[in-house]
Amino acid sequence: MTISRRTFMTSAGAAAGLTVLPAPFARAQSEPIRIGLLTVKTGPLASGGIDMEKGLALYMRERNNTLAGRKCEVIVADTGGVPATARTKTQELVEKNKVQVLIGPLAAFEALAIDDYIRAQSIPTLSVAAAEDMTQRKANPWFVRGTSTSAQCAHPMADYCAKTLKYKRIVVIADDIAYGHEMVAGFQRVFEEQGGRIVQKTFPPLTVPDYGTYLAQLNTKADAVFLGFAGSNGFRFVRQFNEYGLNGKIALVGGMTALDEAVLRNMGDEALGILTTCWYSADLDNPINRKFAADFRADAKYDPGFYAAATYVEGAVLQGALEAVKGKIEDKAAFMKALRAAKVNTARGPVSFDEYGNVVGNVYIRKVERKQGRLVNSVIHTYPNVSQFWTYPPKAFLANPVYSRDWPPAKFLE
Amino acid sequence: MRSARWIVALVLVALPQFAGEFYVNLISQIFIAAIFASSLNLLVGYAGLTSLGHASYLGVSAYLSAWLYLKLGIGHWLSAPIALAVTTVMAGFFGWIALRASGLGFLMITLALSQVLWGLAYRWSAVTNGDNGLSGLTRPQPFGLSLDSASAFYYFTLIVVAVAIGMMAKFIGSPFGAALKGTRDQPRRMSALGHDVRRVRWITFVYAGFWGAVSGLLYIYYHKYIHPTSLSLTNSAEALLGVIAGGSGTLVGPIIGAAIVVLLKNYVSAYVERWNMLLGFVFVAIVLFMPDGLVPGVRRLWARVTGRRKPTDAASNS
Repeated sequence: MTISRRTFMTSAGAAAGLTVLPAPFARAQSEPIRIGLLTVKTGPLASGGIDMEKGLALYMRERNNTLAGRKCEVIVADTGGVPATARTKTQELVEKNKVQVLIGPLAAFEALAIDDYIRAQSIPTLSVAAAEDMTQRKANPWFVRGTSTSAQCAHPMADYCAKTLKYKRIVVIADDIAYGHEMVAGFQRVFEEQGGRIVQKTFPPLTVPDYGTYLAQLNTKADAVFLGFAGSNGFRFVRQFNEYGLNGKIALVGGMTALDEAVLRNMGDEALGILTTCWYSADLDNPINRKFAADFRADAKYDPGFYAAATYVEGAVLQGALEAVKGKIEDKAAFMKALRAAKVNTARGPVSFDEYGNVVGNVYIRKVERKQGRLVNSVIHTYPNVSQFWTYPPKAFLANPVYSRDWPPAKFLE
Repeated sequence: MRSARWIVALVLVALPQFAGEFYVNLISQIFIAAIFASSLNLLVGYAGLTSLGHASYLGVSAYLSAWLYLKLGIGHWLSAPIALAVTTVMAGFFGWIALRASGLGFLMITLALSQVLWGLAYRWSAVTNGDNGLSGLTRPQPFGLSLDSASAFYYFTLIVVAVAIGMMAKFIGSPFGAALKGTRDQPRRMSALGHDVRRVRWITFVYAGFWGAVSGLLYIYYHKYIHPTSLSLTNSAEALLGVIAGGSGTLVGPIIGAAIVVLLKNYVSAYVERWNMLLGFVFVAIVLFMPDGLVPGVRRLWARVTGRRKPTDAASNS
């Protein structure tokens, strides 16, 4: 049940009389499970954040707000996409609203800002943020991530570009944030190890109003441009790319949020044929997703994308773990163990978790096509059970520094 | 008035005994914002110099403290004075540059300098870890007392805030403070009287930078995480809004203003989805009805109410 904070407070006020005394365990079982959703509803990241709320609300509504036989309440907090606020909001959810499990946050730096607090308070967290190190070098024992790390989908894309598309020279352009750096770095590593060359790397600021200057200096002697954008930046870049008459001259390929369903609905024919990689597509053909995509479309009037699917998938992981412990979320250690051991079928396909709490699941190569008058990310190839470490042994992978602007070093820039 | 002060002090001291952990943390944050806004108020309110780059001092001292701990393994006893000293020296340098101008020029220079630091924090990832920020920090343990609990940290900030506000009040109340207000109101006349206006302003600038650095230390101790947003224009602007809303050039004004900003951002936003809009409305309302800020506005209103009562009393008697 997604309830507004106001109604939650009045009902909490009414219930306060009952909960003053420490409740015996038997009664704790009949109390609702309190789920905190950390999302972004204001600022530049808001469109994704609002989809996160919609995805989770839909999941709970379809299950009549009951998971593993217990009623659930979802309390939504808006972090504004600011790390310090994310921390205060997490404290509010934990200390004031007494949530037992967190879903979110959205952005990598938000996850990093609440990292030590989650450890100190031992709050099971199902993260959407893609920050690599949260499940790698600084793995948090209270973390699971059912979506992907920044580079988890970029590795297979690089493999696809090198092996299937036979690209030799690629330009990468990505948002100048950790997410963009990490994604591009993962792409570069796999692509160059298979004989390809990254000939140009550009990082426009996240809120750049105009890509003109970046397009003007684009190295056109390349087979393709890899887009590591988030939010609506991919949409704006592709439109300007088209206006500069580059469409058809260089191929475009993209990361997992470059041409999300959330922006695809605003695009035209210029997007047709662009390949992107993601762990999800609204066009994915499995029974869970068919229902999810149809229900979401009926509600929101557009296709679910990365963020809506993220919380919908996290909902399924949460349900799987709750069922494994028979709804006893109060036993945190057992619940956390169940979360990490969860093997569930979700809208993105089957998921399980590695020992660092990161998802192992399918990654799809998708092509923008027009179906029933809508642009969709149609799945053309599936990489099954992709881990955050791609094909590298985890130990060797973790011995390297975390992906960044400077690592792996670019050797073939022109 | 005096008894009211005692009551406020008593409530603040007793607060963690009855308020929940979340509220205690919220008030700790208000304290940090209050020191930050009050230090900015030294410039805006008393020197008449509007700065849009005050986040520099908060951010730099926080980053320094975090960096010294993470990269060099220096403990809090040493890192805190180093961070304060370096930031204060930096304020001296920034003041030397920025005080070549006043008014709009001053505002733009402070803005530009702070944007340089913000850009550095974003790009110099070898030191600042870029967009991922610096994490894995601890709170200090003065005299072996752990500050990890909400109430312990609350008392720690309460002491610092009391000292900070007291020191700033002393600064303003001193003959130097009087000279400072003189340079704000009549810089030429002050110059003619033999005061070195630029020097007076520079000393104030450095002093404000120092207290900004103190708030930065508290900020990093509280959050145990630092990200380039702490150096951003938004952070400077929010403090400036707090100062203007509360009433610049008063001691209590920036504290009230900082409290309003923190509460709207962190507390009211839970109930009002469009809290940004509400923040805007609140400030528009304050500017419309109390252009010189909440504290002077309420004081004036109070004086009018109490002032008016006497004549009406007299009228009813006759």
